[in-house]
Amino acid sequence: MNLISASNLTVGYGAAPVLTHVNFIISKGEIVTLIGPNGSGKSTLIRTLLGVIRPTSGRVVRADNLSIGYVPQKLSIDGSLPMTVSRFLSLPQRRAPADVAEITARVGAAGLSDRQMVSLSGGQFQRVLLARALLMRPDILVLDEPTQGLDQPGVASFYRLIEDIRGELGCAILLVSHDLHVVMSTSDRVICLNGHVCCEGSPQVVSEAPEYRALFGVGTGGALALYRHEHDHDHEGHEHGGHHHG
Amino acid sequence: MDDFLIRAALAGIGLSIATGPLGAFVVWRRMAYFGDAVAHAAILGVAVALAFSMSVLIGTLVVALGVGLAASTLTARGRSMDTTLGVLAHSALALGLVAISFVRGVRVDLNGFLFGDILTVNAGNLVMIWGGALVVAALLIWRWSALLTATLNEDLAASAGIDPRRERLVLTLAMALVVALSLKIVGALLIGAMLIVPAAAARGFARTPETMALLAVGFGMLAAVGGVWASALADTPAGPSIVVAAALIYLVSLVAGHSGD
Repeated sequence: MNLISASNLTVGYGAAPVLTHVNFIISKGEIVTLIGPNGSGKSTLIRTLLGVIRPTSGRVVRADNLSIGYVPQKLSIDGSLPMTVSRFLSLPQRRAPADVAEITARVGAAGLSDRQMVSLSGGQFQRVLLARALLMRPDILVLDEPTQGLDQPGVASFYRLIEDIRGELGCAILLVSHDLHVVMSTSDRVICLNGHVCCEGSPQVVSEAPEYRALFGVGTGGALALYRHEHDHDHEGHEHGGHHHG
Repeated sequence: MDDFLIRAALAGIGLSIATGPLGAFVVWRRMAYFGDAVAHAAILGVAVALAFSMSVLIGTLVVALGVGLAASTLTARGRSMDTTLGVLAHSALALGLVAISFVRGVRVDLNGFLFGDILTVNAGNLVMIWGGALVVAALLIWRWSALLTATLNEDLAASAGIDPRRERLVLTLAMALVVALSLKIVGALLIGAMLIVPAAAARGFARTPETMALLAVGFGMLAAVGGVWASALADTPAGPSIVVAAALIYLVSLVAGHSGD
């Protein structure tokens, strides 16, 4: 069963649209990771799938009554808007206190409910965003570079948490990330984007695809090694995939 | 106390029911200039109403709604809004003043439209102001959760099935209604102040969006009563006195409020 599908998407006008002829499908329970360099249209694709951006051509179909748990890349709360954690968790719908207590405990955000959102640390903020998304009882969890601003141990524990939660809830996950080494191993499918879909497939297929190597270089050797335990393809410099943002 | 003073105070109190929650959104979404543009358009609305012998309320409502929709469309396209809205706000005001000068045969109390004429509010006006304010408040309460989510983050709203464009329209409609209602009370030039100042004062004491909106209602009422009372006592113009009272409440909030945690 397809949760979200997009066919022949083009977004943006003129000679250089942000996305051209992109096809995308995510099915129930699937983990799909979207990777691509800076400005490759990852966030644009996500926003088009969510319905924020209308595509110039092509169409997006979401399953009926699809519940999306969305963790945005950045959420800046204006200083003029007072917002406690517990109020935020009940947006847009009120949640039962028991559910809130259970989910916040699960993601390690218990005891924060009376705090103002703006007073949270980066890691706490991410966990609260995740808790809110989980309270949507999502069919699909959409995570747009969810670990920006977290330190290395923070990133690792965040992904461990995501994996555990997926095991428990069985929801599909659409992940945008540049933390290739951490995410690729857990993905069912990886889509490499650069204005169009460069290559797509299992993590192994994508990491060996010439299009992928042309984009990221094989200098991600150190990173890929974690996934594939290989160190012998290190001949094109050391630009690390982790420097790509956005 | 004289009847006209009681009616004036009641008018201000009624209006605050609408300006409190709407003002909170104006502050959260940084729509102050947008509010001014719509409010100033009311003067153009007055000119249109006089020229076509319509009721001033309908004229201002229609023109304010038109300018609001225009401004909202421009915002959605992501232009540099500060300048565009500034141009729109001031041109609407100037155009309105010029247009009124062309309407012949009608003696126009321009001062009343610019700064309000709350002391001449009659029973009919009161019914209209309270009715209109309750409609605006009901509209905002009905859309509250969607409006708040869209204000926080449009992508987050869209992911939950909320259309941010529709919520912008709701606010534009509420704004046009409030402008049409407030014209008689504080006048086109000070409507923006009635929206922003009580909400800004409420920020210092609020920990959730809901308490901020409710406090803004309370502060607006307090300012209305205080302003009318002071104007009776010191023989000052009532509309500006209400705004001065609101500004004093804001000053107190800076000292007494906590702002944040």
